Amino acid sequence: MTVHESLAPREADPRLGGIIKLAILAVGGQGGGVLTNWIEGVARANGYAAQATSVAGVAQRTGATVYYVEMAPLGEHTPIFSLMPAAGDVDIMMTAEMMEAGRAIMRGFVTPDRTVLISSSHRALAVSEKTVPGDGIASSEEVKAAAEVAARRFICADFDSLAVRNGSVISATLFGALAASGALPFSREAFEEAIRAGGKGVEASLRAFAAGFEVASQGEENPLAEEAAAPADVTGPDHLMRDWQALIERTRALPGDAADMAEAGLKKVVSFQDLAYGREYLERLEGIAAKDHRDGTLAREAAKYLANAMAYDDIIRVADAKTRTGRRERIATEMRAGEAQVMQVTEFLHPRAEEIVSMLPAKMGARWAANPKRMALVDKLFNRGRRMRTDRLSSFMALYFLGGLKGWRRRTLRHADEMAHVDAWLGRVTEVVDRDYDLAVEVLRCQRLVKGYSDTHARGQSKFARVMEGVGLVAGRDDAADWIRRLREAALLDEGGKALDGALKTVRSFV
Amino acid sequence: MAERSFKAEVEHLKLGEGETFTGEGILALTKALLEAGVGYVGGYQGAPISHLMDVLADAEELLAELGVRFEANANEAAAGAMLAASVHYPIRGAVTFKGSVGVNVASDALANLASSGVTGGAMIIVGEDYGEGSSIMQERTHAFAMKSQFWLLDPRPNLPSIVKMVSDGFDLSEASNTPVMLMVRIRSCHVTGTFECKDNQRPGLTVRDALSNPRSDFSRVVLPPMSYAHEQDKINNRWPAAEKFVRERGLNEFFGPKQASLGIVVQGGMYNGVIRALQRLGLADIHGETQIPLYVLNVTYPLISDEFLEFCAGKDHVLVVEEGQPEFIETQLGSFLYRAGSQVALHGKDLFPMAGEYTGAVMLDALEGFIRQAEPGLLPAAVRAPNAEKPEIPDLSKTVPIRPPGFCTGCPERPIFAAMKLVEAELGKHQIAADIGCHLFAALPPFEIGGATMGYGLGPAANGAFDGGGEKRPVAIIGDGGFWHNGLSSSFTNMSFNKSDGVAIVVDNYYSAATGGQDVMSSRASNPTKSTKNPISKALKGVGIDWVREVDRTYDVARMRDTIREALTTPEKGPKVIVASSECMLNRQRREKPLRNKAIKEGRRVEAPRFGVDSEVCTGDHACMRLSGCPSLSLKKLDDPLRDDPVAHIDQSCVGCGNCGEVADAAILCPSFYRADVVHNPGGFEKWWAGLRSRVIDWLIQRRATRRLEFRVAS
Repeated sequence: MTVHESLAPREADPRLGGIIKLAILAVGGQGGGVLTNWIEGVARANGYAAQATSVAGVAQRTGATVYYVEMAPLGEHTPIFSLMPAAGDVDIMMTAEMMEAGRAIMRGFVTPDRTVLISSSHRALAVSEKTVPGDGIASSEEVKAAAEVAARRFICADFDSLAVRNGSVISATLFGALAASGALPFSREAFEEAIRAGGKGVEASLRAFAAGFEVASQGEENPLAEEAAAPADVTGPDHLMRDWQALIERTRALPGDAADMAEAGLKKVVSFQDLAYGREYLERLEGIAAKDHRDGTLAREAAKYLANAMAYDDIIRVADAKTRTGRRERIATEMRAGEAQVMQVTEFLHPRAEEIVSMLPAKMGARWAANPKRMALVDKLFNRGRRMRTDRLSSFMALYFLGGLKGWRRRTLRHADEMAHVDAWLGRVTEVVDRDYDLAVEVLRCQRLVKGYSDTHARGQSKFARVMEGVGLVAGRDDAADWIRRLREAALLDEGGKALDGALKTVRSFV
Repeated sequence: MAERSFKAEVEHLKLGEGETFTGEGILALTKALLEAGVGYVGGYQGAPISHLMDVLADAEELLAELGVRFEANANEAAAGAMLAASVHYPIRGAVTFKGSVGVNVASDALANLASSGVTGGAMIIVGEDYGEGSSIMQERTHAFAMKSQFWLLDPRPNLPSIVKMVSDGFDLSEASNTPVMLMVRIRSCHVTGTFECKDNQRPGLTVRDALSNPRSDFSRVVLPPMSYAHEQDKINNRWPAAEKFVRERGLNEFFGPKQASLGIVVQGGMYNGVIRALQRLGLADIHGETQIPLYVLNVTYPLISDEFLEFCAGKDHVLVVEEGQPEFIETQLGSFLYRAGSQVALHGKDLFPMAGEYTGAVMLDALEGFIRQAEPGLLPAAVRAPNAEKPEIPDLSKTVPIRPPGFCTGCPERPIFAAMKLVEAELGKHQIAADIGCHLFAALPPFEIGGATMGYGLGPAANGAFDGGGEKRPVAIIGDGGFWHNGLSSSFTNMSFNKSDGVAIVVDNYYSAATGGQDVMSSRASNPTKSTKNPISKALKGVGIDWVREVDRTYDVARMRDTIREALTTPEKGPKVIVASSECMLNRQRREKPLRNKAIKEGRRVEAPRFGVDSEVCTGDHACMRLSGCPSLSLKKLDDPLRDDPVAHIDQSCVGCGNCGEVADAAILCPSFYRADVVHNPGGFEKWWAGLRSRVIDWLIQRRATRRLEFRVAS
């Protein structure tokens, strides 16, 4: 074999360093195409040859999309550009969503030797994150931590809400951040000129561009600062306020950080019913707290889950929530309806026989519920979707009336059922707490499984019951608490409880 | 009306000699067709060439001025068949569709066309939907060129090369009496760049003129004994003519030094990727000046033995860069070498992966591997002995969720599948076949409806085996695009003729939506050059299907559910078809939003609906998510220590389609949803009356608030 002289090893063409490679990962519909056009525009207008490509296809709907731009100073001949980003060979990576930044890192497009990573920190949740009955949201913190390692420089802020606040879309704020990063050799004015040349929605885009530029060069303002100055959150007649203060005083005696949780819990149950109900809550809570012979975890978890259990979701609570102070204003702000507009609000309600009967006096309700014929009749009379216009008086009055039935609530079948549930559940806690503190804490936490309305609620209760069955199986073992935690987590993974059944099967295999 | 308008860009198509065009690949292709004096154009939309069809549609006026006929063909087979005009008449024709699936559909016509041979240049522009961003099975169009013997062009992916290849391709087609196929990959369709224009040419003979002077010649008809003669003609005359033309015109290109011990043969479309890898290895400069000889196949079929063997002369190692599988080119080149008794070592799929896209990393690894084997001394020191430690980057594979495409915000198909989910909860799981189109996203979570797709318009046909019936009925889903593409004949006449007892749901969103919102036969829009507003139900009646239910507002989930249940349980025999119609929301918003904004600005009364969730009422069970998957219906974490799970939240991208409320009602989920209609520019009385009502309501609220403790609600 001969080595031809012309083929002796050489160093790479130094001009290759002049090629700037920029990739954009976005979610379909975020305006990645516009951003790409601007970037090409600013490059071409400033003595650069530029080439852009994209992968649209069906991904333009809601999937992940990729745009890619290469540019180099204009010379006599056109440079040969690549049509796709290569792992380890990207200078600027822009991601229009936090998980897309994660994806860019996974694909090797972000490397410490060269890549400036500009990412929006906001989340557009994937379907898989939303459908989990528990909390399935992926960790942005993990992605940020990886980005700090992987990127040469990492610029990250919520460019989405920044854009919305400025009446524009994320492409404009990201373009601003790109300008501020200094990763492209063009002036701020050159960037702005590219937006003007685009010709569409110029003013809003320029405003958002400026905001993006600002945030990227100076860092994000702290959004928590506003919330600190919230107004007093409890109001009412003096005599009620005095009683309220007394209850709050009582929570101070609780161990560890249970007091703060108890205050939140008290608010919830008093708002649900009244001060007397709040006192009942405290009594129950104090009963459990008295058995807390450790750091107060038991008391804190009891404060949390007991409040949730006692403030169950019945018709009265829902009706009250929809006819309370501040709701109309809250909706108007969210919908951006001002003085000049009129707002109509339609509620989507669908009571079934179960909900109607649960409002009857406990004994009578139980009798009715046990009679399928009667239930069918009630269903026939009541079970249908109701669209209620709560900006109209008639519908509002109906819900207002229902929301005011708190005096009636304690007599209802629903209340009796819920209290029986609470007693059985706390009884279980009391039963195990002396022998196994951790197990008692886990049993308390299982209340998390009971949520939703109608069928969803029934499924939640069934999951709760199955986990309680599990408590019976594992109680007495050293790892009992651990198993109950696992069962609960499994129950939150899917709707039907398949994962839970699997986990229970495992438990049964060794007890 | 297509979702993207090219009206502004179409102006660039009028550029003349000496002017410079700057823009996207598909526009450049259109311009090149006009410069080549094309007489008729057509095709069927589909990524990545959907926009080419949109450009042609938007350029109809200009085309008419030049005497060029544009046909939006019913499907790819129709487009392929249209090239028949070039068999007898010296008229250049071009059609476009996606590969490989569009070519599958067109293959009957293309095989006949290739056998007959052409007089005028016939060009098929295929958007090869392969690799990242592809929406179809991963196959190659290449095989079709080989089996029917038409020539496959694969130009280097830059605008001047693509434009030149259109003109050369027509010449080649005419010189060899053979149709040619110009292949562009996903990224080349969207690549931007510039090229020097020429004047547009009117066709020498227009299709109108041809009608005045009809021609026929039975020797062109595919019937024995002429069909035998066609085969001989292909081998003895057309093929050699093509080889001669390709060599003489220099369609394949050579780069780099003449003398070397190694060389690379590359498909034209892969050229930039190879250069980038060589640049990274220090073996090519910024302008692509390479130290390794390259033989660039801008024509990948036929391969030219002499030209290839000349390239191999004096070399010890040759690498074939051929994306996809099977490796037709490498196999053919290997056989050329073997027949010539050559000792050259041929590399290709031994270094490249057999399957999958040739990404930057794949290309770099394979080229480095090739040079390491062939001439390791060429590699820069850093590559020969890499010693730089790479920092450990945390593994995110368990963190980052996948993001497959799904239904858009407000999509009218979502409530159809929510309704199917509800029926499934009542009647159990059913055998469900799907078709091609947006509705196929229902196969993914959260719906997971539909287990197979057999092709465009073939959904109900894919249930053929179950037509005999059983305890439960089979269900098929098909879109309106699929219905008119091929569904009416292949699926519905099949159902009707075989007395199927199955159910078919036609998802009618007024457009061929997945390909970009082109009009179809049943579109509701008035289209000056196309026949629209032909109801699907009428077509069904015409093929003898009588059980037809039309749901004209898919968002009515309860009605949708009841209709599906009826179809599955009715004692009536025979095919049962539900036509579920609501306009594609993407197109509707594009149409209505500007009008609405204008109306608001002009002071007219406008109601703008949007949905919301009372976070206090939402328990965070996410049951609604499992019947929706709407991008605007998301989650938010409350600042409330009592809550573990995030609650539902609807962001400002909501278009108020109504699905959330309907589903919450039909599935009896929860009372958390509300719809807020903001009335812009309300009338005087309306405003006064609303004010009065809200004052009374406020008074009632305050009355209760002052008598009890009020707590600020976490939101």
